Amino acid sequence: MDYTGYIITEEQKDIRDMVNEFATRQIMPRAAEFDVKGELDWESYNKACEMGLLCPDIPEQYGGSGMDAMTSSIIRGDAGLGLTLSGNGLGIKPIMLAGNEQQKQRVADIILSDKPGRDPRWPQKRFGFAAFALTEPDAGSDAGACRTTAEKAGDEYILNGRKCFITNAPYADIFTVIATIDRSLGYKGLTMFLVDAHAEGVSIGKHEDKMGIRQSATSDIILENVHVPAGNRIGAEGQGFPMAMKTLEQGRAAIGSACCGVMRAAYETAIKYAQERTTMGKPIYKNQGILFKLADMQIAIETTRQFGLYVAALVDAKDPQASVLGPIAKTYASDALQKVVTEAVQILGGYGYMRDYPVEKLMRDAKIFQIFEGTNEIQRMIIGNNGIKANRIKN
Amino acid sequence: MNILVCAKQVPDTTEIRIDPVKHTLIRDGVPSILNPFDSYALEMALRIRDSVGGRVTVLSMGPAQAKNMLRECLSVGADKAWLCTDRVFGGSDTLATSFILSSAVKALEEREGKFDLILCGKQAIDGDTAQVGPEIAEHLGYPQVTYAVEIAAGDGSVTVKREAENGWEQILVKTPCLITATKPAFDLRFPTLKGKMNARKAEIPHLTNEELHLDVSRTGLKGSPTKVKSTFTPPVKEGGVIIQEDSDEQSARRAVAQLSTAHII
Repeated sequence: MDYTGYIITEEQKDIRDMVNEFATRQIMPRAAEFDVKGELDWESYNKACEMGLLCPDIPEQYGGSGMDAMTSSIIRGDAGLGLTLSGNGLGIKPIMLAGNEQQKQRVADIILSDKPGRDPRWPQKRFGFAAFALTEPDAGSDAGACRTTAEKAGDEYILNGRKCFITNAPYADIFTVIATIDRSLGYKGLTMFLVDAHAEGVSIGKHEDKMGIRQSATSDIILENVHVPAGNRIGAEGQGFPMAMKTLEQGRAAIGSACCGVMRAAYETAIKYAQERTTMGKPIYKNQGILFKLADMQIAIETTRQFGLYVAALVDAKDPQASVLGPIAKTYASDALQKVVTEAVQILGGYGYMRDYPVEKLMRDAKIFQIFEGTNEIQRMIIGNNGIKANRIKN
Repeated sequence: MNILVCAKQVPDTTEIRIDPVKHTLIRDGVPSILNPFDSYALEMALRIRDSVGGRVTVLSMGPAQAKNMLRECLSVGADKAWLCTDRVFGGSDTLATSFILSSAVKALEEREGKFDLILCGKQAIDGDTAQVGPEIAEHLGYPQVTYAVEIAAGDGSVTVKREAENGWEQILVKTPCLITATKPAFDLRFPTLKGKMNARKAEIPHLTNEELHLDVSRTGLKGSPTKVKSTFTPPVKEGGVIIQEDSDEQSARRAVAQLSTAHII
């Protein structure tokens, strides 16, 4: 198979540089302020959308720009803002994977439309939002325990239930919701629906006050007798679980790049500080203890980047290895990230612990990457079991 | 409105160092950027186009590597870019440059239609002469407005808000005309993903002396009366003190107190 995507092209470099500059000039100077407020920086978000960075992987035939090479660079600017952008991608992914043409065109139209004041709840909102609604209070990693129900009634389904920790829920125009058509069927009863967020019976829970990625909004979604036309079912009944897994699998490849972005931001601050800060007559990087930390940070960044690119290339090539390596990439990247941000804070010492410097925020932002998109413990279950499957002895 | 923006590729002066022995700029390894004042001119042009329609063409004179900067202009939304380049143009001072560019404007008008508006940055941050824009206007016999911060398009005219010594002036000027831009309240917009990808593929045609047929005694070093006698680094001015108290009177008192403490008065 031809993995041309592994070594990035001149065009991709160009785009990476463009997004880096945008992150440096537009997102980063404002990131601390919006982190404290726990609000989305709408100005930067809208500018990013204008640049075409919202769901760039929507195929060109639906009006998108048909590519994705900038996750890391956006996240470097601010993880919360970056995840708000990519949360939309996650929200529409099941439709792009398994929806019909009408559904694909509909979500592309909603996401890419640019109408100021289009949503009375959010005057600053100009572009569409989508949210992927899988997790429930009692069904996180164990998606089979899903309690949200979809009851068939004529040419409609009636949805009831509660989803929690849903990224972009307060802003969303559409949700992709997993619900069960029959709880006794377990995984096999799970079905995916495209739900209009403005429909009657849909309400949004309180804004979750998070430790990090505070520009990203997270809330519950409450569904009370929500009528969903049968035409909004994505794929067939009972196909929801594999669809959700496929969605997460593709998302996992991007987590590597995302972690890389936070690491880069931490490393850039630390390596600059290590040269500016002098103690005992010399810049602190001249002490081996600091220099080695910087080296280890760089090793973590490069290995994460290479691994992430490789898995992304596998996904692009539709190679089944992607589902085996994806969990490894996600786990490795997010574990490496914790070390990098912790060491960045350590290099900055007391200043690193203060809000006046950017690294304490990066340390708070970093933690979520070990938790969401399947905790690293779940990833290790998958990785371990894949290993057993591949090496099973006969007895 | 058919708009031409003249743009120059300049070394990024935030990165520039001065050779301590020769007192010249060390240009090696210094990245090249679009002259910031030209970027403001471009943004003004794009804003006019966005509000009243039309086209934005960018023209630069320089070596082939200036194409990178022109691609940047295309990626933010300029419709077309031209590079005026020829060995016989090399070493031109402001007089020769403005002569070549004004001839290029006429040659471009045959291909792109008559320009209603020519926009330049007020000066380039490498030479800092602020002469090329006004000189192009003179060569073309066009009215000119310098140090613009805002341009509003009208019918057969534009209204320009310009920075003056004591505030702003508002000037109504007939088109075609030439306007030079200073730092406005905004920056050049960010490129779009699609713009970036299209700019990579865009063809940037050259204008050489084969097209312009200029008298070579008026171009390049031969056509440049300016001779550089020497370049030097001016001594660094020491930072001053700004006194701003609640009232003018308090400020004056504080100034007098400081001056007398320093035994100046």
